[in-house]
Amino acid sequence: MGSLTMNASSQTAAGSRVAMTETIKANNLDGAAHAAVDQRSAVTTMAIEDVTLRYGDANGVLALDDVSLKVAKNEFCVIVGPSGCGKSSLLYLAAGLNDATSGSIKVDGREVIEPGPDRGMVFQSYTLFPWLTVRANIEYGPKRKGLPAEQRKQIVDQYLNEVGLAPFADHYPAQLSGGMKQRVAIARALANDPAVLLMDEPFGALDSQTRGTMQKLLLGVWERQQKTVLFVTHDIDEALVLGDRVLVMTARPGKIKAEIKVDIPRPRSMDVILEPDFIALKRRILGLLHDEIDEDH
Amino acid sequence: MAQRRTAWTRLTTPFANIPASTATTLALAMWIAVIGGWALLSYGRVVPNMFLPTPGTVLQTAYRMSLDGSLFYHTFTSAKVVILGFIVSSAIAVPLGLWMGTYRAVQAPLEPLVNFIRYLPVTSFVPLFILWIGIGIEQRIAVIFFGTFFQQLVMISDCARSVSRDLVNASYTLGTKRSEAVWHVIFPAALPAILDTLRVTMGWAWTYLVVAELVAASSGLGYISLKAMRGFQVDVIFMAIAAIGLLGLITDTAFRILRARVAPWAA
Repeated sequence: MGSLTMNASSQTAAGSRVAMTETIKANNLDGAAHAAVDQRSAVTTMAIEDVTLRYGDANGVLALDDVSLKVAKNEFCVIVGPSGCGKSSLLYLAAGLNDATSGSIKVDGREVIEPGPDRGMVFQSYTLFPWLTVRANIEYGPKRKGLPAEQRKQIVDQYLNEVGLAPFADHYPAQLSGGMKQRVAIARALANDPAVLLMDEPFGALDSQTRGTMQKLLLGVWERQQKTVLFVTHDIDEALVLGDRVLVMTARPGKIKAEIKVDIPRPRSMDVILEPDFIALKRRILGLLHDEIDEDH
Repeated sequence: MAQRRTAWTRLTTPFANIPASTATTLALAMWIAVIGGWALLSYGRVVPNMFLPTPGTVLQTAYRMSLDGSLFYHTFTSAKVVILGFIVSSAIAVPLGLWMGTYRAVQAPLEPLVNFIRYLPVTSFVPLFILWIGIGIEQRIAVIFFGTFFQQLVMISDCARSVSRDLVNASYTLGTKRSEAVWHVIFPAALPAILDTLRVTMGWAWTYLVVAELVAASSGLGYISLKAMRGFQVDVIFMAIAAIGLLGLITDTAFRILRARVAPWAA
């Protein structure tokens, strides 16, 4: 699609970014993503303001306490936190699948009041429609939108290729491995061209090798398709490999404790986890999370 | 591949697969044991033939009644009652059960009532049905309906309720409206379980046949066994029982094939 022009225009942006992080060696093969990062401050895609979530009545459990965050257009934003810190709950609120007790969530300036195709979501559990083939699963959203068949086919073919599953187009989900299922789930969400892609520990159920492959694939898709992503995980390596920015969340009540910019140049290889800058960031996040656990006990 | 496990180990390992030929052999052996035991008891006069007919007599009776067409006639009448009762019941239970499992607002008023009725013996309603509906085929269909419907409703409602919440949530994030979720997501997701429910309840529908033909019927497999009882024709009773069992087996197989056709994606 527009990736050719994107590549060309992003060369200068990529150049400036390398200058910014001179100390880190940049293996600059595909600079598409860098334009995205530099546009960050320009446009806000998702704005979460003072969101509080309390289960049950006024004395119920406080799951999220006054959480505010912004996700810029084309940014890859990751929320990392211990299990039960409410990071998934926050994502469900952003999707419109649940109502906040107070506060507001806006996507492209519009208040989120119910779920919709502008906020695509990939879940930790496998949520492909088992009665539909891979092709029909990806086509589901465009079909609901009422797009003509020809256009639907074009979209489906594009995303089938994007996640490398064209040979499996006519398979049913039961015939796919876990990693393949999540690839279809990503393609299915992207087929709606959402303003923001919400990802709730999408690789949490996969083995570590497959997880690495999936991270690489997701980064490739994100760099080529220029998407805004809000990604939730408890895996610090995953957060740092993927994100432009990592938000560290505390548990009970969930609050954002720290914001960490990940100044590691893109495209990132999976070996990035061995680099000193990466390890330094990881140590910082581990420290933040350990404080949390120490406070707890 | 090395055969490290002996056949005996495989047979006695929980959930382990056995060769298809072994499975068939075991199934055949069971039938041979049952029919052989029957033959032994009847031909050996261990039980008087007045109470236990020989397999030969039953086959002769079946042959005789096939020739004069009466076996087909009674079987057809019974199958009509069971299938009509089952279809009417399913046609209401499937959509209503889906609603019940999907919407708490439908479940809340229906469930206590249905669970009350579900435990009432069908036989106790036969006199009422005769008073209300008369003694035609409608009354027999009503008995099958009453015996099947409330069970189906509860089971199908459970099928709908056990659809994964995240599957429905995912469909919302793809543009499905709340009002569309039942038809677009919950129904297809629950379909394999619904077909299984229909298969099981079809079996139950057959078991109510004799109750349905207990009073005021003038044809049908249940009717001829009741008539045969009065005339001490044990062979006819045996034949009728075998015919009902055989019909049950056929409908069960039909449902298995239907499920494989309609929901090939489900294991």
